[in-house]
Order: sequence, then C-alpha cells, then structure tokens
Amino acid sequence: MYDIIVIGGGPAGLAAAIEAKKQGIEKILLLERDEELGGILQQCIHNGFGLHVFKEELTGPEYAQRFMNTFHDLNIAYALNTMVMEITPEKEVHIVNDQGYQILKAKAIILAMGCRERTRGAIAIPGKRPSGILTAGTAQRYLNIEGYMVGKEVMILGSGDIGLIMARRMTLEGAHVKGVCELMPHSNGLTRNIVQCLDDFDIPLQLSTTIVDILGEERLTGVVTAQVDEHYNIIKGTEKEISCDTLLLSIGLIPENELSKKAEILLDSKTKGPIVNEQLQTSQEGIFACGNVVHVHDLVDYVTEEAENAGRAAAHYLKDIKKSKKPIEIKPETGVVYTVPQHLDYISDQVKILFRVNSVFKHHQIVIKSDDQILKTIKKNHMAPGEMMHIYLKREELEACESKLSISIGEL
Amino acid sequence: MYDVAVIGGGVIGTSIARELSKYRLKCVLIEKTNDVANGTSKANSAIVHAGYDAPYNTLKGQYNKLGSDLYEQLCLDLDVHYKRVGSFVLAFEDEDYKVLNLLKDNGEKLGIKGLSIVDRTFILSKEPNITPEVIGGLYAPSAAITDPFGLTVAMMENAMDNGVDLMMNFPVNEINREKEYYNILSGDNRIQAKYIVNAAGVYADEILKMVDSESTFKIRPRRGQYYLLDKSADGLVNSVIFQCPGKKGKGVVVAPTVDGNVLIGPTSEDLEDKNGIETTKVGLDDVKVSASKAIENIPFYENITTFAGLRAESNLDDFLIGPYHETFYNVAGIKSPGLSAAPAIAEKVSKDIAEYFKAERNLHYNPKRSYVKAFMSMTLEEKNNMIEENPMYGNVICRCEQITEGEIVESIHRNCGGRTVNGIKRRIRPGAGRCQGGFCMPKVIEILSRELNIPQEEIVKENQGSYILTGRTKAGATCTTL
Ligand SMILES: Cc1cc2nc3c(=O)[nH]c(=O)nc-3n(C[C@H](O)[C@H](O)[C@H](O)COP(=O)(O)OP(=O)(O)OC[C@H]3O[C@@H](n4cnc5c(N)ncnc54)[C@H](O)[C@@H]3O)c2cc1C
Ligand SMILES: Cc1cc2nc3c(=O)[nH]c(=O)nc-3n(C[C@H](O)[C@H](O)[C@H](O)COP(=O)(O)OP(=O)(O)OC[C@H]3O[C@@H](n4cnc5c(N)ncnc54)[C@H](O)[C@@H]3O)c2cc1C
Repeated sequence: MYDIIVIGGGPAGLAAAIEAKKQGIEKILLLERDEELGGILQQCIHNGFGLHVFKEELTGPEYAQRFMNTFHDLNIAYALNTMVMEITPEKEVHIVNDQGYQILKAKAIILAMGCRERTRGAIAIPGKRPSGILTAGTAQRYLNIEGYMVGKEVMILGSGDIGLIMARRMTLEGAHVKGVCELMPHSNGLTRNIVQCLDDFDIPLQLSTTIVDILGEERLTGVVTAQVDEHYNIIKGTEKEISCDTLLLSIGLIPENELSKKAEILLDSKTKGPIVNEQLQTSQEGIFACGNVVHVHDLVDYVTEEAENAGRAAAHYLKDIKKSKKPIEIKPETGVVYTVPQHLDYISDQVKILFRVNSVFKHHQIVIKSDDQILKTIKKNHMAPGEMMHIYLKREELEACESKLSISIGEL
Repeated sequence: MYDVAVIGGGVIGTSIARELSKYRLKCVLIEKTNDVANGTSKANSAIVHAGYDAPYNTLKGQYNKLGSDLYEQLCLDLDVHYKRVGSFVLAFEDEDYKVLNLLKDNGEKLGIKGLSIVDRTFILSKEPNITPEVIGGLYAPSAAITDPFGLTVAMMENAMDNGVDLMMNFPVNEINREKEYYNILSGDNRIQAKYIVNAAGVYADEILKMVDSESTFKIRPRRGQYYLLDKSADGLVNSVIFQCPGKKGKGVVVAPTVDGNVLIGPTSEDLEDKNGIETTKVGLDDVKVSASKAIENIPFYENITTFAGLRAESNLDDFLIGPYHETFYNVAGIKSPGLSAAPAIAEKVSKDIAEYFKAERNLHYNPKRSYVKAFMSMTLEEKNNMIEENPMYGNVICRCEQITEGEIVESIHRNCGGRTVNGIKRRIRPGAGRCQGGFCMPKVIEILSRELNIPQEEIVKENQGSYILTGRTKAGATCTTL
C-alpha cells in the first residue's frame, strides 16, 4: 500500500511528488509511461520556461531537469515505461510494464497525465486523406526527439502556441512555412510567440481564416483556405489554393482524462478536466489532480505552482489536518469560460482562482460577485482567450461569502 | 504458371482466393496497392445485412441472404469480429408502412427469418435515443456488424496459409491472351495464369476492357461519406438504424461498430472520378441533417475521423457474376450488399472454376486462422504469462486503444502482415482511437522500420508515395540515436 501514487512524470507530477515528500510523506510512487521523466517538456527545446519560478529563461528540458534533480535527491520511487491502464474509485492503480500487469493500492492518488492534441477529425476538415497532416506536437516530437523532418512546404492551422513554435522550428530546419491560419479574429497564442516565431520570420498570420479542403492523393499537395464571417461561416469567393506538402494542426489541447473517467471522477464540460476544489481534490475523495490534466495551462510555471498545491493538499489529506469546511460555488459568468477551482470546500488565508475569457477585451474589468453583491472589480487593459487570468481572494472575503461567488467581465 | 489469378485484393477477391485454396489449384491474388483491403472494402458501413432489401429475384438479394447465413461461422473460423446486433428500419409516417411491408415480404420470399413489423414502444425500449417521432419499424434480428478490413486481411492470410500467393504493388495494365494462358502485365512485370478472376472493384470494367475492347460494361463510382465517433459515444445505438426509404431519399445509417465506435453515413453521390474518396463539407453536412432525423442529440463533437468509400455502381442493376468466356470470370459491379454477399459469391465462383479445372479437393486445407490475441482481453494471469514470455507485451504503444508492442510485432510477422502505418492500424488498431495516432505513430514507424529492416523515411502511411518523414533534422543527421 502506497501513501501516494502520482500518475505522470511531467512537470506536474514531479512537482506534486516533490512537495508531498517535503511535507513528510514517505511512501510515494510516481508512474510514467515514457522512457524518461519530464513529460512534454522534453520535446520543448525552445526557450521561455521558468521566468516565474526561477526568474530566468530555460529550455523545456532544462526546466524539467531542475525538478528531476530535486526529485532524485529526495529519493522518490518511480517507474518508467510503465503505463497506467486503469484506476478505480477504491484507489487501485492498474499498471503494465515489462515486469507484468499489476494492481497497486494507494491511500491517495495525484493525477498528472497532461493533455493530448485535437486532431483533424475533431474539427472534421473535409477533403482527401493523404500523409503530411500532423498535429504540431507530433511534428515537434519527430523533430526534437526522433530527429526527423516532416516536410518542406508547410501550412499551419491554428495559432496555438505549439503551432507558432513549430513555425519557427520548421523554418530553422530549412522548411518554408507559408502561413498560419486562425479561425478566430484573434490569435490563441501568447503575444510573445507571435512576435518571436512569426513576425521575426515574416510568416503571415491570417485571422478569421480556415482550411476548407485538403488536396493530394498520397502525400499532401495543397490546402484550400477561406475566410470566415463573424459566425464562422465560410465567405464564398475567398477560397485560395495554397500548395504545400505539410499541414500542421495546432487547434487545441484536451486534458487526458480516460483514467479519470474510469475512476468515476466528475469532469467539467468546459475544461474537459476533473472538477476540483481549492485543494485540487477531485470529486473522488483522496484523488487529486494538477497540471494540464485539469485544464490547459499556457506556462509551465503555473503548472508547477498548481502541482505543488496538489502535492501539499494530498499530504494534508493523509495527515488528516482538520480545516473549517465551507462550500462555496464559483460560477463563470458573462465573458468567462471556466474557472479552476470550480468550487471551494475550505477556508484558507488566500485562494487563487484561474479563469479564461471567451474573447479579446480591451479596457474592461473583472467583476467578482459574492452572493450576487459586487465584492470587487479589477481593471484590465487587455484580456484574451490565449492568456490565462487569475484573481486572489482573501480569508475575510471568503468568510463573508454565503455560498456563491461569480466572476464576469464587464465594461468600465 | 498459375492456374488462377484473382485480380483485386478487396473482400471479394480475397474471399475467392480463400475458397479456391480448398482445391488443388495454383493460385495468385494480384493487388494494385501495397496492401489488401485498400479499396472499397476499407470504407463501408460494415453491416452484414439481413438481406430483405435487394429484390428476391436478383443476385444481390440471393447472395446477400446466403452470405448472411455463412457469416457467423466464417468469422468464428477466421477469428474476426462479428456481432449480431439486429437492425431497424424506422417509419415516421403511415405511408412508410407500405414500404416496410414490401421489404418484409421480399425478405420472406428469400427465406429470411425473424422479420417483424414492430411498434414505437418496442423500438424505444431497445433504442432509447431514437426520436420519439418514430411510429414503428421493421425489425431484423439477423442483421450483424463485422470488421470489413479485419475480414479481408483474414481471408488473405488464411488463403496464403493454404498455399495461395499474394502479389502486391502490381497494378495490372494489360492482359494478353495466349492459346493456353494469359500474360498479365504491370509495366515490365508479368504474371502468367490459365484463368483470370476479375474482382477489381470500381476498376473491374477497365480490367474487362483489357480482354474485350468492345465491352460496354461500365462502372461509375457512387460515393458514401461518413463520420466516425469516439468510443465515448458507444451506446448511442445498440443496433443498426436505417430510415425508411421514401420521397425524401434513403436517409443515412447510424450503426455501432464492432470496436465500440459509432458510424454515421453514407451519402450517395454519383461521381466520374474513381479516386474520389475525399469528404466534402456539403456531404458531411447532409449526413448530419439526415442522421439527426432518426437520433436525437448525436454527439458530433465526439467525431474522430471522416472518410468516404466508392460503391461500384454499374450500368447493370445487379451484380455481374459469371464466366465472361471459359477462362475469364467476372465478379464485378459488386456494390452494396457486397460485403454481406462475399462469402456466398466466393463459394459459387470457386465451385465453377474448380469444375472447369476438374480440380480435386486440397486435403491440407485448413479453414481456421487464429489472430493475434488482444492483450487487454486476456485475464490477469494470461497477461502476466504473456509478458514473461515476451516483454514486448508489457510495452503499451497505443494508449487510446491499449495496444502493446507485442501485438503490433505479431501483426507484422504473419502471412499478409501489416507493412504500412494504416495497414497496422487496420490490423490491430493503434492510431484508430481518439488521438488518431498523434502519440503512437512515431512508435509504429519505428517498429515497422525495425521489424522490416527498412529506413524510417521509407515507411508510408497508406499507398506508395504517402511518405511521412522527409529526412533527418540537422541534429538528427549528425547522431544516429538522439
Ligand atoms: C508542445 C508544447 C509546447 C509548450 N511550450 C511552452 C513554452 O514555451 N513555455 C511554457 O512555459 N510552457 C509551454 N508549454 C506548456 C507546458 O509544457 C505544459 O503546460 C506542461 O508540460 C504540462 O505539464 P504536465 O505535467 O501537466 O503534463 P505533461 O508534461 O504532458 O506530462 C504528463 C506526463 O504524464 C504521462 N502520462 C500520461 N498518461 C499516463 C498514463 N496513463 N500512465 C503513465 N504515465 C502517463 C505522460 O507520458 C507525460 O510524461 C508547452 C506545452 C506543449 C504541449
Ligand atoms: C459507402 C459504402 C457503404 C457500403 N456498406 C456496405 C454494408 O454495410 N454492407 C455490405 O454488405 N456492403 C456494403 N458496401 C459494399 C461493399 O463495401 C463492397 O461491395 C465490397 O467492399 C466490394 O469489394 P471488392 O473486393 O469488390 O472491391 P474493393 O474492396 O474495392 O477491392 C478491389 C481491389 O482491386 C484492386 N484493383 C483495382 N484495379 C486493379 C488493377 N488494375 N490491378 C490490380 N488490382 C486492382 C484495388 O486496389 C482494390 O484493392 C458498401 C459500399 C460503400 C461504398
């Protein structure tokens, strides 16, 4: 019987395990299906990680390495090449590796399985089905881990960060990136990535544009782009054929929750991740979750912070530390897509609530209501769907709240 | 010199090849592409129809009924998925009952058992997601679903186990008739055979033209487009749901697949282009609208892929099955219900050919083939024994479908084994799940490259030319392993 089993050895799993160990929990086991720790960071060889946590710019593998060092220093047990196949509400963890198929038991579980990419099928792009169409993350894996190029003339659909980063990466490898199409009237990536990955390389970003047809019998030979109106309907006559042998899709990430479903954990239809409280505890007592499995983060630094909270909360859960219980529901309202956590169970000195907005807002304010009364407003010059927002609430504010908080975006 | 050359590696050609292997004949199956099940047999509704639909006095009707009777045993012998889930044809207006009764009568003339006209309550009790507007339907308990590419591969594998040769990457472009045999040509390559079976799917008219330039037989493809929903939509329907054909057209089918996905389609569009397997926005939108008439709240957001297949519609109303002259046999224009009819057609064709050759029975013929056992379906003890015997079974490659390296390697090293990324996917399912290979494709390529001993750059997704990698990266070029 383990105290804690952590599923996933990416930045979330590592930080959660480290923090739980620091809190004095001894029997921890971390499980990772890949042949090394570090998760998706191992393929993110570009700079831009750690500005918040370490106040310096690291590459993905460097950022992961710092946590792996601490993890090893603390002598936390782990198993690589080990796939978790199933978890049950009773906290049994089914694993398979070259030693066999085993069923392990734990007092607490921390889910840190990360996310997967949306595919062509998810948005049902019509046309032929040739080779040369990949998700940006798969392409990134080929280039950065396997050492293979995936094409010469490239179009990118979706302006998510991975797509932007791959636009630059492919260019540096000698490919010609012809452009990035984005359905929305705004980009979904970080501003810094637009500047450093597209503008610096003269790669055009076409907003309100999508791909309506795929050409090529065997290998991709081209795509047809078209502009869309404000309801995302294709504007007839704007179709343009662009020849290319590669199409990279950067059309969103989905938290990987097949295991959570098997454990009968309730999921949020917006985040596609488990519904959690401020302890990052899911609807199953003793099962916690952190990182991209909960909701997709823009920066790994925030993943780390969230994972440390989950690790600490799991430790407190095992130590049975009593807190005063007070359920408060948090509702995303006008302009807000979702919040994490979705509800609070206990009062603490301060909680951080993360949320995403549904479109670009300039000179607006965040409106926080407590039991339908405005609690406070926070002015913001710029908010966009691609950048996660957060607010802090203090103990007094939480104590004053009956049962319901809401967050919305309002005009100034 | 072969006795018989079967042209076309779809479900029809491979079924015939297997049936021929029951006799002492030297046979070869010739396929244009780099795999079997690469044509229409990979893109259809995967239904073993009960058989009431096609008129009783047609070959379509007769072979459908006969085929449907053979399927269960066949799939047992070949270790292929088969589920008798039953089907409904839904009625929404009183007029529809006329059609349902005609279908029922037709089916009964063919000897199909269990057909019944059922009421709304019965339907909704079995299929709670059907719209409450339904008023009744025709229930056919003998309708089933199967795995069309798994079956095609199994037929070929078993045919090879029994001595048939497989020649792939051999697009026949010329056939010359000599006195005693044919020269079957593909560019500079040549195969000689005394007898030809034409089972070339939508191209069967062109094969026929190679021996008879006067032939007026013509195939025009009729495309059908589909959505395939994720396993999380499993249970949306439990049986195959048809709509009553009426003034407003035929309506699309909503059917479960043997793997637990949901298949929705097809459209019906006449084309000229025999490569026209693209999906279109218009077509897919039609599927959505049509399906939504039968089932409420279909989770189209759970879509994992869309695809299309081509029916071999000919200028005849029926299948074209029979000797064209004494040594050339057409099995052409095999549109729907060709998958259902295949086993019965194959029996008939091979009997005719055996008679022509006065061939004796192949006493070594073994009808059975057992497939790679799915790791996840094993008991805990079996799993552990398997891993101990072969640690590759402890390496899960496809996380969506939970497929291990051991299973993939086994699907490569057998008769008619997988050679391409999609070939592996059709045989054992890595990449067939919700991530569509995003995670496992690099690993599948690596395994194929290692097992077949060819460079990763030469591994293709589907047909020749569908390469995936274009070379090494700058860093990749300098070190052998990164
Ligand atoms: C392509 C890409 C580029 C990015 N670029 C940046 C950037 O420039 N700057 C930045 O700050 N952030 C960036 N991010 C974000 C950051 O990398 C992620 O937020 C972070 O890696 C998420 O951490 P995680 O631990 O939640 O998930 P992951 O890193 O995905 O780790 C999850 C781990 O769980 C394992 N796992 C999953 N399921 C199982 C199972 N069933 N059994 C065993 N193990 C399992 C996986 O193998 C994986 O190792 C990027 C993310 C991606 C995807
Ligand atoms: C949309 C749709 C839905 C359907 N649904 C069903 C259903 O639910 N149930 C059912 O019973 N039937 C169904 N059918 C019908 C069924 O799929 C077909 O009847 C069956 O697959 C035809 O098999 P085939 O072997 O004749 O053709 P194919 O599978 O197309 O095989 C022909 C083969 O010949 C090869 N070939 C072509 N030219 C040459 C050449 N020159 N040299 C060498 N090889 C060549 C091709 O590469 C191909 O592999 C459906 C069909 C469609 C299109």
